[in-house]
Amino acid sequence: MAEVHQHHEHVTTGPEKITVKNLDFFYGDFHALTKVSVGIAANAVTAFIGPSGCGKSTFLRTINRMNDLIPGTRVAGKVLLDGQDIYAPGVDPVDLRRRVGMIFQQPNPFPMSIYDNVAYGPRLHGAKKRAELDEIVQKSLERANLWKEVKDILPRGGLTLSGGQQQRLCIARVLAVQPEVLLMDEPCSAIDPASVQKVEDLMAELKHRYTIIIVTHNMQQAARVSDFTAFFLQETMGEPAVLVEFDRTSVVFTSPSDKRTEDYITGRFG
Amino acid sequence: MDKRVANTIALAVLWVAAGITVFVLFAIIGYVFVNGIGVISPRFIFTWPHGVAAVGGIWPTIVSSVYVTTLAMLIVTPIAILAAVYLAEYAVQGRLVSTIRFAADSLASVPSIVMGLFGLALFVEAAGFGFSMLSAALALSFLMLPIVMRTTEEAIRAVPRFIRWGSYGLGATKWQTVSKIVLPAATPRIVTGIVLAAGRAVGETAVVIYTMGQAINLPRTPLDSGRPMTVHLYLLAMEGINLRAAYGTALLLMVMILFFNLGARWISRRYRKV
Repeated sequence: MAEVHQHHEHVTTGPEKITVKNLDFFYGDFHALTKVSVGIAANAVTAFIGPSGCGKSTFLRTINRMNDLIPGTRVAGKVLLDGQDIYAPGVDPVDLRRRVGMIFQQPNPFPMSIYDNVAYGPRLHGAKKRAELDEIVQKSLERANLWKEVKDILPRGGLTLSGGQQQRLCIARVLAVQPEVLLMDEPCSAIDPASVQKVEDLMAELKHRYTIIIVTHNMQQAARVSDFTAFFLQETMGEPAVLVEFDRTSVVFTSPSDKRTEDYITGRFG
Repeated sequence: MDKRVANTIALAVLWVAAGITVFVLFAIIGYVFVNGIGVISPRFIFTWPHGVAAVGGIWPTIVSSVYVTTLAMLIVTPIAILAAVYLAEYAVQGRLVSTIRFAADSLASVPSIVMGLFGLALFVEAAGFGFSMLSAALALSFLMLPIVMRTTEEAIRAVPRFIRWGSYGLGATKWQTVSKIVLPAATPRIVTGIVLAAGRAVGETAVVIYTMGQAINLPRTPLDSGRPMTVHLYLLAMEGINLRAAYGTALLLMVMILFFNLGARWISRRYRKV
């Protein structure tokens, strides 16, 4: 069993939006994550890094209970959002996911118009008036830095956009339901470099309003965009992955306190 | 044997096998076309047959075929789609679901003459619908149900998980996701399945011969009897009444089914990009 270092106690994170206590995660009989404890700061970008299969995406999905959709999964431990346990009985994951929005690796616009993509969420939650929807659509696309590019082609299919535009459309679609937290699961790994820049710039703007968590394979990206970094690692096949180190990004990338973190960020494995 | 020789022989055998398949198809189409094309005219399509030799047209049989197929589609589509949604999205995957799937596949392989007999007993007699469009459509729907249900289920499963997750991620419930995202995305493939099943129904003889009756009749209400093209063709040819009209009917029937198949292809191509 890997030794678990937890350095986050002495990290000043400001107000904590999300607090995870001793989280274990199982896919059926497979124990994927163990004893993860971390505090996610409000209005900051937190990056989850680590090699493939280290459980960082799995962990991300525990925060909006997306794993509930995968049969046979199980969570132990606590995830608190604003101090309230999201796994407590009586919490409806459908309501939770409205507060904790998610951006996926593969841009996934719905097969409908740009306008309807953004209006989809608000309509689910009862917005009907055209004027109200128009305003939400415009504001969300503006916040996603896509409005100027699409304001004249709103009736066009969302899938006609370029990959990078599609990803910003998906961000706008999430912003339209007014979430508090944005979970981004490798949001840039399937889009072109110029678009990556745009999405990264966007994250810097959005963090003033939202709490952002990004899973990334790209350490340069983690170093560029995040304020805090969590390093996950599965040391032995078949054993659960652990949170090795969590600290300010500047600390993790310059003077990590764990040898394994140092080995990873200097490219010695993974 | 030299491996290159073996390769050449294998290729030749495969080529011949493929060639036979294509040849048979073209032979049938060509034979029916050559014998039937002379009969086809607007008059043949739009007038009634008359006299003992059934000279004239076949209009009421075309109407009967289209009527019963449309009615069967209306019956099958909602049931098949709801069943498929349940199987693909809601049912806990396990023994019950595999049993339902196995039942559907078995239903698809019941000989159509048996289905006709069953339709006769259940709808024509027990339910009292008599020889009618309704009895025939209900019996045909048994035939179409497994086809439409299985294609719909596969269409639903083919909608990528990440698109559903996009919807769930916005706080959508399962039903909102299924009705607003999954079913619209699966629609082209579902329609393809319905159209193919309709093509199957139009060409079906054994089921309708027991359930629709044989009277040449222009059906108006679903309780009217009629004679579909397939049965007309069967009677004309079996009893040697009018072989020319039989070939003409056969050709029209094939053209109709061809249109169904082309329509299905067109729909699936037209919407594949979305």
